[in-house]
Amino acid sequence: MAHQQTTADSAVPSARRGQDQGPRRPLRASDVIRKVSQVMGELLITAGIVLLLFVGWELWWTNVDANAKQTEAVQAFAQEFTGPVTPQNPAEPVDFGPPVVGTAPAYGETIGIMYIPRFGADYTRPIIEGTGSDVLDTLGLGRYESTSMPGALGNFAVAGHRQTHGAVLDNIHTLVPGDKIYVQTADGYYTYVFRNNQIVLPNRTDVLMPVPTQPGVTPKESILTMTSCNPRFGSQERIIAYSILESWRPASAGPPSEIAAQVAQAHGKA
Amino acid sequence: MYAWIFRNLPGPVWVRILTCLVLVAVALVLMVQFLFPWFSQFTTLTNSTIGLVQQP
Repeated sequence: MAHQQTTADSAVPSARRGQDQGPRRPLRASDVIRKVSQVMGELLITAGIVLLLFVGWELWWTNVDANAKQTEAVQAFAQEFTGPVTPQNPAEPVDFGPPVVGTAPAYGETIGIMYIPRFGADYTRPIIEGTGSDVLDTLGLGRYESTSMPGALGNFAVAGHRQTHGAVLDNIHTLVPGDKIYVQTADGYYTYVFRNNQIVLPNRTDVLMPVPTQPGVTPKESILTMTSCNPRFGSQERIIAYSILESWRPASAGPPSEIAAQVAQAHGKA
Repeated sequence: MYAWIFRNLPGPVWVRILTCLVLVAVALVLMVQFLFPWFSQFTTLTNSTIGLVQQP
């Protein structure tokens, strides 16, 4: 220990001596240029490292962060949910009448959960009210407040990131017509069937109309519209996925048997 | 610049190395907490909404 201190102490004065000698020598222009370029070089290397760290943060860490927050939101919704989480009558298809349409919650509150088996058996994402960046950047799928609620005649539209912040719609281009998309709210389960997708420019707000891209037409169907950026890792365009409401089950009837395992898992009863 | 900072930190070498690590860690935390989220608004990766309904 004592030996270490003496070497450290002796190192400090020698460094100081080196510094003191510098100014005594007449300062040449080349010295100044060398110093300035050295500092500039170190700053540029630092900027490069910071930019690489930013890329790592944006493409990796935001997903870790958002996935944790979304899991929390799903768990919070599951705790409030009162219905059974196993199908009550899986054998017989029953017509439960026209779907119940819930009222929109406050901005940033959870509407329900979306299950998309095509995106993986563990695709269980919360649906949140609003499409502000504070919602989309952490909680994933946000409902456009100007559109309908699930089950209503017209257009229920949600936005989600293709990359970063959970990348909730990263695989939106892999949907095949006929794929089921399940929306669970406090009222029940809405089963949508994917119809088609469309790639548009970002200013095409008509995709959010009650009948998408057809102004003034009275809706006869319930449509689910999902919007995300396109291409992947870019945002020059938007990819829009349209699905049509196929059936509805009240919460008391339990989940559709196709997603029973996933629902049970989301509600911590698997 | 970094060499100058290292020379002017107080204490023996190992204390200065520790100080440097702490400074780097503080810089990282500040970047992740404040700089990166702020800078993120200038990247276009995160634009997934349609039209001007982006902000409430």
